[in-house]
Amino acid sequence: MADSSAPQSRSRDLDKLLLRPGNLVWPTFDPGAELRDDLQQYARVLVVGAGGLGCELLKDLALSGFRNLDVIDMDRIEVTNLNRQFLFRLEDVGKPKAEVAAKRVMERVAGVNIVPHFCRIEDKDIEFYSNFNIIALGLDSIEARSYINAVACSFLEYDSDDNPREETIKPMVDGGTEGFKGHARVIVPGVTPCFECTIWLFPPQVKFPLCTLAETPRTAAHCIEYAHLIKWDEVHSGKAFDPDHPEHMKWVYDEAVKRAELFGILGVTYSLTQGVVKNIIPAIASTNAIISAACALETLKIASGCSKTLSNYLTYNGVEGVHSKVTEFVKDKDCLVCGPGILIELDTSVTLQKFMDMLEENPKLLLSKASITHHGKNLYMQAPPVLEEMTRANLCVPLYELMGRVTKDILHATGTINKDNKKTSGLRKLRIVFKGIDGVTDMDMAGGA
Amino acid sequence: MIRLRKVKEKQREMAENANGGAPIRRQTAGELRLHKDISELNLPKSCTISFPNGKDDLMNFEVSIRPDEGYYLGGTFLFSFQVSSIYPHEAPKVKCKTKVYHPNIDLEGNVCLNILREDWKPVLNINTVIYGLYHLFTEPNCEDPLNHDAAAVLRDNPKMFESNVKRAMSGGYVGNTLFPRIM
Repeated sequence: MADSSAPQSRSRDLDKLLLRPGNLVWPTFDPGAELRDDLQQYARVLVVGAGGLGCELLKDLALSGFRNLDVIDMDRIEVTNLNRQFLFRLEDVGKPKAEVAAKRVMERVAGVNIVPHFCRIEDKDIEFYSNFNIIALGLDSIEARSYINAVACSFLEYDSDDNPREETIKPMVDGGTEGFKGHARVIVPGVTPCFECTIWLFPPQVKFPLCTLAETPRTAAHCIEYAHLIKWDEVHSGKAFDPDHPEHMKWVYDEAVKRAELFGILGVTYSLTQGVVKNIIPAIASTNAIISAACALETLKIASGCSKTLSNYLTYNGVEGVHSKVTEFVKDKDCLVCGPGILIELDTSVTLQKFMDMLEENPKLLLSKASITHHGKNLYMQAPPVLEEMTRANLCVPLYELMGRVTKDILHATGTINKDNKKTSGLRKLRIVFKGIDGVTDMDMAGGA
Repeated sequence: MIRLRKVKEKQREMAENANGGAPIRRQTAGELRLHKDISELNLPKSCTISFPNGKDDLMNFEVSIRPDEGYYLGGTFLFSFQVSSIYPHEAPKVKCKTKVYHPNIDLEGNVCLNILREDWKPVLNINTVIYGLYHLFTEPNCEDPLNHDAAAVLRDNPKMFESNVKRAMSGGYVGNTLFPRIM
């Protein structure tokens, strides 16, 4: 322990992890001051979301020795955020979260540089995301996570043995909280399951039958959804309901109260209305702090190699006492987003029809009656008749032309798989590599023409 | 440990190569699953599908149903489908674009079909939804009413229900509501 007269190094605790060897370190771990300095100088982390988790993450990462952070959030600060998004004050209400969060952390942690981005994650192009070593997520929806997961996994490339190429791996650390519960997971594309690999874990959403809402409501939520889904259109036909517009929300609340009175149902409050309409569950500061601490620690481990990362899904439940568990989920080898797919090498002259015939003969696929799509462009559709007609002309065009003359790219094919005399429907990811164009020579022959 | 410098250079190079010119559109796993459902569609003659935004936008389409039996024989009903990017985790959003006198479809176009809401499962697909909609016309039921007047008439006076439906489809009034001609 240093005595009180000597000045304590800012990185005293970090040094314990980075300056000395250990038992849980990565094989490539190289302890020393250079590692600590590299972390400051070269490591770039993107924090997605500047809300409950995002504020905590920015603080944790800045205090963990990271100096180059970016934060992206499309929202503005609201009064209800102030109980836990501690970087914000009453006078900040209405300002962009990303900007205020960045400013506050930079004021308190000397040397850190945080670039705020007040926009949607979809508004940034792929080059933006390629700049970061690690992406830390503090998101609140399946859609947003799915999007970032797809972006991070799109960098992933496989070699001819279907192993992920290390330099194309973009790790993510994903956190989520709901009341007293939360999770933190480490996603290493190509190694651990990605978000889509485990999307089946989500339970189905709670949806009430429309007729219950219209005829036989029994709960306060039914009354609120009646006002939100049915009554709104009846009165404001054409005008879209905006949950962030306080007048719209107030209108729904008033109608829900009337409805509840009609049926003698108790419990309709303004905050319940917000919760049901926007699917919000009350948030607790400590849960956010716990989960983002786990995420920040994993980020530090990945960037420095100072300890084994959690493998790979941590759940936390603080409803009664405290319970935490880490489960090791397994990657889905057929995952459409992070999986290797089947490697197919082609001549640039191969037509779409010939390509589809090859899919049927390829022993790894045995896919007949294929429909092919390339980044959303439908090259050929077997059904319905209207789409088959629209895409029929592509059959005699070289695939190389249809794919925009790229050397290699991903295609998806869906059709009938004929294996062991059984026919099943299948959707496959295909890695297409065109031969005979300069630069592409180091692939082994595998199937193909 | 991610070799920080090497990773950065390689990824910048990749991003430059990937974006030759036009930005590549992100395709979600949901769109791929939808692509599969659409390419396997097996619709009865009474149902046709159209894609108002062209062959590359499968997330927004329309289905036209012409029942070949039952109360609604001879009418044509148009439904709009909106599929979200997290399909099949979420059911497609379906609205009826034709104003119709029906116990399970209200005047705003909301459709009460269990598989569109509380009974939706990711194992279902677009084909099953379209069959479900078709079923609404061949077997309207007064148990899950969105239009309680129509449901009451169907339950208490089927003959009057039949004539109401015919009048509505011919472009007449039922009660105070005027329906468009769809026969």
